[in-house]
Parts: sequence; C-alpha cells; structure tokens
Amino acid sequence: MYFSDAHEELRLHIRRFLEKEVQPHLDEWEETTFPDSIFRRFGELGFLGLRYPPEYGGQGGDYFSAVVLSEEMSKAGLGGLAMAVDVQSEMATPPVFRFGTEEQKQKWLVPAIRGEHIAALAITEPDAGSDVAGITTVARRDGDDFIVNGRKIFITSGARCQWALVVTKTDRERGHSGYNLFVIEKGTPGFSVTRTLKKLGMHSSDTAELLFEDCRVPAANLIGEEGEGFKHIMWELQGERMIAAAGAIAGAQRTFEYAMNYAQNRSAFGQPISQFQVIKHRLVDMGTKIAAVQAFVYQTARQWDQGEYPVREISQAKLLATQVAVEVADDAIQILGGHGYMQEFPVERAWRNARLARIGAGTDEIMKEIIAKTYGL
Amino acid sequence: MKIVVTVKQVPDPNSSHVLEADNTLGRDKEVVLDPGDECGIEEGLQLKEAHGGEVVLVSMGPERAKDAIRKGLSMGADRGILITDESLSGADAYLTARALAAAIKAEQADLVICGTESYDGSTGMVPPILAELLGLPQLTFAKKVEVDGSKVKVNRQTADGHMVLEATTPVLITVTAAIAEPRYASLKGIMAARSKEVKQLSLGDLGVESGERAETIESMADAEARKAGAVIEDDGTAVDQIVKFLADAKVL
Ligand SMILES: Cc1cc2nc3c(=O)[nH]c(=O)nc-3n(C[C@H](O)[C@H](O)[C@H](O)COP(=O)(O)OP(=O)(O)OC[C@H]3O[C@@H](n4cnc5c(N)ncnc54)[C@H](O)[C@@H]3O)c2cc1C
Repeated sequence: MYFSDAHEELRLHIRRFLEKEVQPHLDEWEETTFPDSIFRRFGELGFLGLRYPPEYGGQGGDYFSAVVLSEEMSKAGLGGLAMAVDVQSEMATPPVFRFGTEEQKQKWLVPAIRGEHIAALAITEPDAGSDVAGITTVARRDGDDFIVNGRKIFITSGARCQWALVVTKTDRERGHSGYNLFVIEKGTPGFSVTRTLKKLGMHSSDTAELLFEDCRVPAANLIGEEGEGFKHIMWELQGERMIAAAGAIAGAQRTFEYAMNYAQNRSAFGQPISQFQVIKHRLVDMGTKIAAVQAFVYQTARQWDQGEYPVREISQAKLLATQVAVEVADDAIQILGGHGYMQEFPVERAWRNARLARIGAGTDEIMKEIIAKTYGL
Repeated sequence: MKIVVTVKQVPDPNSSHVLEADNTLGRDKEVVLDPGDECGIEEGLQLKEAHGGEVVLVSMGPERAKDAIRKGLSMGADRGILITDESLSGADAYLTARALAAAIKAEQADLVICGTESYDGSTGMVPPILAELLGLPQLTFAKKVEVDGSKVKVNRQTADGHMVLEATTPVLITVTAAIAEPRYASLKGIMAARSKEVKQLSLGDLGVESGERAETIESMADAEARKAGAVIEDDGTAVDQIVKFLADAKVL
C-alpha cells in the first residue's frame, strides 16, 4: 500500500548490508562508538542521500525510501548509529537542501551525502531545550561576518562532526524573531567541544557539549533567510519527528517479535510461558498497539511525502509511536524475566535506546502542547 | 567488450524444495537470483568498469524469472534476455544449453560468464555444453579473471591451490563464489533497472526445437539430518571415554 517493489528491493539490499557490515560490530561500538568509516560506507552505497536529487549525489527517492532505511536500521538494532544517520539525513542536511544556496549545497550537502562529512544539528542549550524560543546563543553581525557566542548541549555527533547547523538569535530577547541558522565548521576559531556526555542508552553515538566563544562565522554560512530561522527550524522538526516515529515503531515490532519467540520457547511450570494467559494477552496487546500505530505512522508519512504539513498528525504519530516503543520494550523485559535485565539479551538495550525517543525531537509533553494548540485548546 | 552473464532464478536457499507432480521443482515457493550468479554478475560488472562495454544477462525460465534478471539490472547490468516457453518446462541440461546458446550466439559476446553450477539443479553441465555449442574455449572454476586486450587469463581453483589458464576471446568462463563479492544495489540502480530492456524470446524466436528430454528427475530426498552427539559428563573417566570414542570411530 505504501511500498513499491523498488522499495522492497532496496530494503533487501539495506538489510544484507547491515547484516554483513554493521551488525557484527554493534556490541563493540556500544563500547567505543562507531567509526567514521561506516558513514563513508553508508554514503558510498547511497544510503545517506536516498531522498536527495541525483545532481547532489542523491538517489532521487521519495520519503518512503527514507522510511525503509529507518525501519531497517531499527530492526537491525542499530541504536546510536541509526540516530546519527537520521541526524545526518533527516535533520542537519534537510534545511541546507531546502533553504540553502547552490553554493552552500555543493559545499556541505554533497559531502554529507557521500559520508565524507558527518553533520550535527545544534538547537538545545543547557538552559533551553523544550523552550526553543528561550535559547541564548547569540549571533551578532560584524561586517561580512557574524560573531557567535553561546553553548549547545546533548548534540548528537557533536564531537565527531565536520560541521554543525547551529540555531542562534540576534539578541537575547524572547520571541520568535531574529533567529538565524548557520553552518559552523569544526576548526573555526572559537568553536570547541567542551565534553562528551555519558548517557543511559544510544551508546554507539557520541553526544557532546559545544561552546562558541567569539566565534567568527562568515555571512555566507547563513542558511535560509536572515531572521527566519525559527520558521525554518520548526519545519525541520516536523521531519525529525516523522522519522523518529517510523524508527520507533519498527523497533517496537522487532522487540515484540523477539519477546514472542522467547515466550514460546521458555518453559515454566511444565509449559511454554506463552501459554499463560497473562503473557499471551500481554503479547496480543503489544502486537495490537504496534499494528494500529504503524498504520497511523504510514498514513502520516504519506501526507508528509505528498508535501502536506500535517503538524497535528506528525506530533501524534511521534508521541504514540515512541510511547508504544517504550511500553513494548518494558513488557519485553518483563516477559524475559531476569534474562530481560541482562545485557546478553537484546531487550534491555532496546528499552534504554527507545527511552530517548520520548525526550529527543520534542518531549511527550511538548507533543501534547502542540497537539492541544491544533485543537484550539 | 561485450559480456554475457547467464543467470538463473532458483528456490530460496532458505526454504525447502518440493517436486511437483511432473517432477519439476515447485516454483510457488520464494525464489531468488541464484547466489552464485550474483558473483558472476559482479565479475562482469567489474570487467565492464575496467574495460568498457556492455553486460547482458541471459536467463531461461518461467516469466517470473524476469525478477531475477531485474535484480542483476539493479546491480548495474545493461539489459536482459529471458527465454521462456511452455515447452521448456522440465528442460534438461542439454535443452537448456541449446536454448541459451541460440540466444547468446546472436549476441556475439567476447566473454560468457556462467556460475559453476546452479544452486538447485547442481548438474554443472550447462556451461560445458554451452561452450561446445558455441564453439568457445572454456576456462572453468575461475576465482580470478584478468583481461588484457583479447587475452583472458584466469586463476583456476584446484584442491590445493590454483593453476593459471589463458585463452583468446571469445571465451566462456565458469566462476566460483570466490570471484567477487556481489555489490548492494543503490536505489538509483534499482529505479534505473525498471526502464532497462528485458527481451522475451520463445523457442520459436530462437529456432530451437524442444525435442525429447534426455534426462528427467525421478525424485528428490533430503540428506539425513545429523544425529545429536553423545554428551560425556566428566566423572573422572571423561578422557578415557573420549579416547575410546575416537578410537572406535577410527580417527585415532
Ligand atoms: C541522547 C540525546 C541526544 C540528543 N541529540 C540532540 C541533538 O542532536 N541536537 C539537539 O539540538 N538536541 C538534542 N537533544 C536534546 C533534546 O532535544 C532535548 O533534551 C529535549 O528537547 C528536551 O529538552 P531539555 O532536555 O532541555 O528538557 P526541558 O525542556 O528542561 O524539559 C524538562 C521537563 O519539562 C517538561 N516541559 C518543558 N516545557 C514544558 C511545557 N511547556 N509543558 C509541559 N511540560 C514541559 C518536559 O517535557 C520535560 O519533561 C538530545 C538529547 C538526548 C538525550
């Protein structure tokens, strides 16, 4: 209904690539984080530019080709690596593609599609996460440059990136005006990584704090219209939430299947535990919720693919899919019992990874605030 | 250089095979491009990338075998030819080779690449018959191929190493899975494959008579499943028990 033969063929190639070249290393990368070379490999195979036009080295696909990649990464349990790939292709580069000039696209989009550049997106600050209008990173004009001062935190790929798309405003006053997006390259004087952060899950990805101290950025690095950055980043967040929803529900499906298989093969009191009605019904609840949310996610993805701007549905899909993913992972741990709590079994990692999605890209509470607004509440 | 790669659609190696009432393989199962042929296609593509030319895929099979050809086109092959005909159902190696030879002859290829044997039929007879019918020298079991002008040199896999063989084009080679790791198709390649030509030919188009089958498959059986091994609990005599086990098995 949503996927063509070409999508399914792509899916098989992605799956085979992940099985052969990625999954065997995942446990090691949980300890060390992934090597940058795997991004070049993703790039070579066209997986970082599925939706971008061929003139920038992209594959010219539709939104569902990006959904296929996101689903397969979730089903293969990529966790932090999947997050970094999504940041690259669905968060940091879309504004450069949509709002950037031809020169900017050649300079930053093309190498990101090839996997030669790793990109980050820097919105969140120590004192402003949900409250994007409350950020205090300032970019003040100085001739042909802007001088950037401020701090960003929880930035995925922040330590390893070649450039970050950084959200700034012209002064510290509140409000939605005076926002500017800049590509700021690593190595620009005044741009430093102050630390990488240890976290609950997504261990294969690096999460960093970035500092900008009198960092001089050429006006040529301004992405989109001057002063319109807030609108641009609100658009970006829709895509970020859509792909988060698609990835989350595919991950839930994987965890559900794992738990179901386990329950059919684990015996207690002389029978498979899947025969106990509580467990059987729990599995049915898991599968039923996933099926319903999956249908809604696809329906919303189709709207997004067709160029609509369905803020309510995207927020609902993101809210529900990520909640269900966490519930399912939690149920799976319960079904596996002590095994579920052990790192030798995949469900504890699934739970730790899934838990992020109810916070990142806008928390549950922020999704509800947005949905409420669309109802006129 | 014009390169023809023969390809076959086979039942998915991950599913079990059942013979139909007419002793042909059940094709309602999941089918895939023969994994060995993927290696042959990859080698063809690499040779084309190095020396220029064209890669043409030729297959014999039911209409559904077009999917296997498409898969190779997604990887980057230029076009395909599918020989399909009611009267080919249950074709033996000789008929298969005659049909393939007729289609390949018209292509005037410099190089014909075949797998060593198909995953399902496993006769390994089609490539040699094909070479004979086309009047080509054949270099078999190649794990490496080098082309230099009209010279084709291969490393032929042997039990304890390899031998180097050389022939002048046109030539037919059979390749092992060690020849090349098949590439992953890109989305661009997959979409481009949709508009590449796959010509469908009947035996009539090729001027081939189906004739009598020289061979038919009577039945098929799975190999006996391996029995569970003996587990020896170490009660102090484990070493003796293992030595006795190995001695009884005549491996000591
Ligand atoms: C692993 C990880 C990776 C991340 N990667 C990135 C990245 O690459 N780039 C980036 O910019 N950011 C990134 N983030 C940051 C993430 O987007 C923020 O953490 C998130 O938006 C929440 O902001 P906060 O942490 O400041 O929480 P806060 O905004 O302080 O929220 C705290 C609590 O208050 C609630 N709350 C806040 N406002 C309201 C309200 N109006 N009504 C009701 N409740 C409210 C929240 O829902 C939450 O429960 C990442 C975070 C993590 C954990």
